This record gives sequence, C-alpha cells and structure tokens, in this order.
Amino acid sequence: MAYPANYRYTKEHEWIEVDGAGGTVGITDYAQSSLGDIVFVDLPKVGDKVEAGKIFGSVESVKAVSDLYAPASGTVTAVNEELASAPEKINTDANKTWMLKLDLTSAAEVDGLLSAADYEKFISEETGH
Amino acid sequence: MSELQTPLRKTALNGTHRAAKAKMVDFGGWDMPVEYTGLIAEHMAVRTGVGLFDVSHMGDIQLRGPNSLAAVQQLCMNDASKLAVGQAQYSAMLYPNGTFVDDVVVHKLSANDYLIVINAGTREKDVQWVRQVIGGMPGAHVNDFSDYYTQLAIQGPRAMETLQKLTPVDLSAIKNYWFVWGQVCGLHNVMIARTGYTGEDGFEIYIPSDVPTSERVWNEVLAAGAEFGMVPCGLGARNTLRLEAGMALYGHEISDTINVMEAGLGRYAKLDKPEFVGREALVAVEAAGGPKRKLVGLEMIERGIGRDGYPMFTLDGEKIGEITSGSPAPFLKKNIALAYVPVEHSALETELAVEIRGQKVKARIVPTPFYKKPKKST
Repeated sequence: MAYPANYRYTKEHEWIEVDGAGGTVGITDYAQSSLGDIVFVDLPKVGDKVEAGKIFGSVESVKAVSDLYAPASGTVTAVNEELASAPEKINTDANKTWMLKLDLTSAAEVDGLLSAADYEKFISEETGH
Repeated sequence: MSELQTPLRKTALNGTHRAAKAKMVDFGGWDMPVEYTGLIAEHMAVRTGVGLFDVSHMGDIQLRGPNSLAAVQQLCMNDASKLAVGQAQYSAMLYPNGTFVDDVVVHKLSANDYLIVINAGTREKDVQWVRQVIGGMPGAHVNDFSDYYTQLAIQGPRAMETLQKLTPVDLSAIKNYWFVWGQVCGLHNVMIARTGYTGEDGFEIYIPSDVPTSERVWNEVLAAGAEFGMVPCGLGARNTLRLEAGMALYGHEISDTINVMEAGLGRYAKLDKPEFVGREALVAVEAAGGPKRKLVGLEMIERGIGRDGYPMFTLDGEKIGEITSGSPAPFLKKNIALAYVPVEHSALETELAVEIRGQKVKARIVPTPFYKKPKKST
C-alpha cells in the first residue's frame, strides 16, 4: 500500500496530516499489518494534551499491544469514536482511519518527521527486505 | 538466542507459506507462518468450518522392539499398557522432580512399536532425554523420525467432510484419539489420526516430507475444503484456539519449573503404575496435600487484555502469580487468560487483579476449558 505523500511519519509508525494549525493522526499500514487483527484502541479524551514523541495511547491486536506516540504536540480536538466499536477499520484502511485530531502547538514541529519516501526506506531497512 | 548461528529450520511447506504471503515468525527455531489472511478469520474458520495447519515442525520419536512398552511406561506418565493398536493418548515425559520435559501424544502403532509426537521447540532436548532414560534398555530401539513426516492438521466441524473427499477410509469410524493407516490423496499407508490442538473435531495426517508431495497434498486438502470455507491457518490461530480450549502450551503452562499437579494434569499421571520418571515426586506432592499453586482460567471483567507474563494480584494488592497465556478469545469474544496462583486464591469466581501496563484491572476465575465444542446432535 502506498504511503500518502502529504502525510508525515514517525519511526514508531504513526502518520500525521497537517492542515493549517490542525493535525490528524493515525497509524501506518505497516503498523497495522505488523500488529494483525486490531481489537482495542485506547485513546485520550477531547481536551487532553499530547506531547511530541510521548505516548498518547495504545493499540492492541489479538497477538500484541503497542504504544502510540504523538507525532506532534497539541490539544486533542476530536477522537475517532468509531474505533471503540470497530477497531478493525484500522486494518481495513490505515491511511484513512484517523485516531485523533489535534490543535497543533507548532505546525513546524512536523517538519522534523519522515516524508513518505523516507518512511518507506525506513521500514524496508527495519524488515531487512 | 542471538548466540545461535543456526539458520531457522523450514518445513517442506515453507515455500508454499511464503508464496501465500503468510506472515512468518521464528517459533522455537522454526520459520513458521503466524497468520495468512488474519488471525481472527483463521480462528473462526476452525470453529465454524475447517482450517488447515502445517504442524510438520512437531517431532516424532519411534520406540520399537520387544521392550518398547516398558520404555514408554518408564518415560511417560500416562499408562500406555491401556492402549490398543491404533489408539493414542495424551501423556508427558517428566524429570525426576515431577516437572515437564515435554507433553506428548503416544500412539501405539503395533505391539512393539510406539510413536511419540513431541513439541517443536523441545525436539533435540526430548530426543536426548529419551536416549538418556532408555538408551541402555535392551530391546527398546529409539528412532528420531521428526524429519520423515509432513504433518498436517485438518481441524473444525467440517474437517471430516473435507478429508473424506481425499480418502477411501471411513473417517467416521475413527474415534477421537484413535488412528488408522490408509490412502490419502493417492498416497498409501498414511497415518490418519483423529487428534488435534484446537478444541474442535479434526484429523492429523502424516505424509512423506518431500516438497512436491507435501505441496500437492496441502493444495488438494485446501481445494477439498474450499466449499466449507477452509483457509490455511497459522500459529497465531493455533495458539488462540488451544487457549480457548484450555490446553497447555510448553514454555507457558508447562515447563521444567512446573509440576504435573500444579498444571492440573494429574488425571494423566497414573501413579498406580509401578514406576515412571517423576512418579515419586508426584506421589510426594499428593502426600503433602496437593500442589501449593494451581493453574486457573481467568476472564477479564474490566476493560483490558491480560497477556503472557503479566503479574497477578489479590484485590488487596498482594502479588500472587503471573499469567502464562492471555489473549482476546476470538470466538468467545472475551479476554481470557491462564495463570498460576496460590491454591488459597484459586477458587472459582474469585476476583483478582491483573497488572496491565501499570494499571490494575479486575479478572475473575472461571472454569476451564473456556470453550467446549457443541455436542453433535447425530
């Protein structure tokens, strides 16, 4: 699956799409594929603050649990409530299934993250293919 | 394990798994498929239809000769003298202190010929142990046949209909934990056993381990099961299926630090047998009033998934044990676990806490198996 060029990526496999001062966050297709069937997503509440590089929640598949790391700092303005009852949507389309919307502290913070091309290179090195 | 330079071992179906884009993992030194299309779909196929597993990584030790029964009796805790030719039994090889070398299935092939099916991760250790215990026994010859077979498990309520298309043998005549030899996919003298590790009806077949034969039979079985929704299944589903069925896994519920009575497998240890390795230790455990800790089934009652290795506490905060296997149960749609806890905290309905990533989450002790297959109405 292609990684959208307008997103930025973390080495912990989250993506962020920036629109002005807002950011939308999800996990990558590589992450959902590595986890397998996702059964549970633990997310912060609207109004909570998240900090770049820090854990903001977790995602669990049948096999494993994985922390979620904030790609950028900001305040949570929306949480994808659908994931409480249908976390498997992330498996179906990780690129479009968002988890959080953020009011970003600094949109420039995102510049330090990986581009789609760099992320693809990073995961190909990580898997050794 | 990084000091091990040995490359991962592969079953004859490795290329088939990789061509099917299965996700592969290192399982006890074997490059095995953990899932194909998805663990939950594979799990559900076995509960509601039929699934196919490559379990060729399991080992097979043959004990042959006039003293083979005596050898099996010395090595294994169950009573193999009760077996008829064509019958199998769940058993275990124990250390003198009553802990597990491995859990096994003993098959009586003929009067002087037994096949012991062993776990993959313990193959070398098991073979060495067998040679150590009975190496000097006259009339009991040990053969390691582990690489001779491709072992396929066809599991699920539609397993019999699937396999029946590929064999003239009347499969309905094979009782649970019995086996026959017959033609399968045109191959003669295939061992067909009504055994498995999923909590469902099913069969395990033992075919020659060359790649062309293994691939041909794998594909023919999948084609035969297609109308019942058959899918290839990986070790991920194998694990969740056996956990729902409350079955032990070596390295988790059973190991060389856990004895038979603690594991709740005492009914398979025939202490009335005059002798077997580990017997005296188990007699001593019973004489002391039973084990001090017990394996219990847990169901999470608060939000959270207890997983392997997570610590267990009383509701007062006293640490009392650890989860040995824990997972979401795809068919039961609950979060379940097996754990060792002190006997005084092991009563059914007892509420305990699991520490999940720093947070205490409540769980309740429930009966095992968590899942029992429905009784057939016929």
